[in-house]
This record gives sequence, C-alpha cells and structure tokens, in this order.
Amino acid sequence: MARLVFLGRLADLAGDAPARVAAPLDWAGLLALLPPALAQAVAGPRVRVAVDGAVLADKATLALAGDEEVAFLPPVSGG
Amino acid sequence: MSAALPSDVRLLDGAFDPAALVAAFARDCPQAGGVVSFIGQVRAEADAADPCEALELTHYAPLTLPGMEALAADARGRWALDGLLVCHRVGVMVPGDPIVLVAAAARHRRDAFAAVDFVMDHLKSQSWFWKREKRAGQWRWIEPRGQDHADLARWGGA
Repeated sequence: MARLVFLGRLADLAGDAPARVAAPLDWAGLLALLPPALAQAVAGPRVRVAVDGAVLADKATLALAGDEEVAFLPPVSGG
Repeated sequence: MSAALPSDVRLLDGAFDPAALVAAFARDCPQAGGVVSFIGQVRAEADAADPCEALELTHYAPLTLPGMEALAADARGRWALDGLLVCHRVGVMVPGDPIVLVAAAARHRRDAFAAVDFVMDHLKSQSWFWKREKRAGQWRWIEPRGQDHADLARWGGA
C-alpha cells in the first residue's frame, strides 16, 4: 500500500480521500481513486508530486510499486 | 584565522528568540568583520478591518529541511562567508511572533548582506512551506505572490 499525503489547501479537500492505495498504480489509476474535486485539483498544472521525497519532473510518469509515500504539493506560499 | 563555521539550518516548531541566536552566532564568528541578520515576523495590522489573528505554516518533512540545507549550501558557494544561520518556524503564530531568521557572517559586509538577501528571496518563493491565516475567525490559505517570483528573478533564475 502506498501512502498519500496532501499538503496546503489540498489537505482541506482530502477529507474523503484514501490515506493508502493499493499498488501497482499509475497516475491515471491514482486519480481515479480520488474524490472528483480532489482529482481535478491535483491534476492541475501547478500541483507537483513527490514520491519518497523526490519531486517528479512530470507527475504523469508516476509508477507506484507498493510502499512509497506520495505527496501532493500545491504552489508554495512563501515563508 | 579559525575555520568558517558549517551552516546552521533549523526548522522550529516552537517560539524562538532571534536576538539571542544572533548574539550567539556573532560570538561564534569572531573572525567576521560583519554580521548581517534579517528577522521576519507576523505583521500586526491594528488598523485593518479584519486583522490577521493567527498565521499557520505547514511543511513536508522529506522536502522542507533538505531544501533549506541545499539553499544554504548554494549561498555558501556564491559568497565567502564565515557562518550562515537559517531558522524557520512552522506551526501557529500570532502577530509579533518571529517567523524566520537569517544571519550571515563575513569578513566584509557586502558578502553578508548579499547572502542574507539571496537566502530570503529563495525562502519566500521556493521553499516548501504552505501558509494560511485566520481573519474574523476563518482560516484561509495564502497563494503565492507575483512579487516573490520577481524577487527571485534578481538572482538570474537560480
């Protein structure tokens, strides 16, 4: 099971989202498991995705094998 | 002459005392002729119709502190510094609370001024922090400001 972490404003949309998802799983498969409003938000061009602390250059290349942590990162708002 | 100090980069989840940290930092860099520090604090807006009551910063542990450490290393590569201190709060803060402290020590002042300016511009625009503020009892997420990206462009897109 891969763990999902939603940061910033995405956390407010993630109330009904699964905390863990079964792998193997690709980007389209992951989006299909999320509530529609959340899936739409994380699919937006400004949301980055990190797998085990490494930010993906292109989130569409996501390929989960099983025990990763996936973080959804909206634009940072500055320190 | 003693060796330069390694960078001191901290993510803090409780209140801190910037003045005490700067004093200790300056003592630890006796060879530096100049110590420049910047303190960012939560604005008090006493005259606003709905002043900010609280500010919350969240982070993501696998990215945030490593990103700050990489930023400090980048600054050390650009300027000759005797020490660099970067402290950033997360959690809930109220107006007047310090959020961030950046201090640089250098043999000559210009390197220290430039390094602090560089680190602050990058902390504001590229570091992994998400911020929301509470006004009239309601929390609201803060979106990035265009000015932060303009500030970053001063450094050649680094």
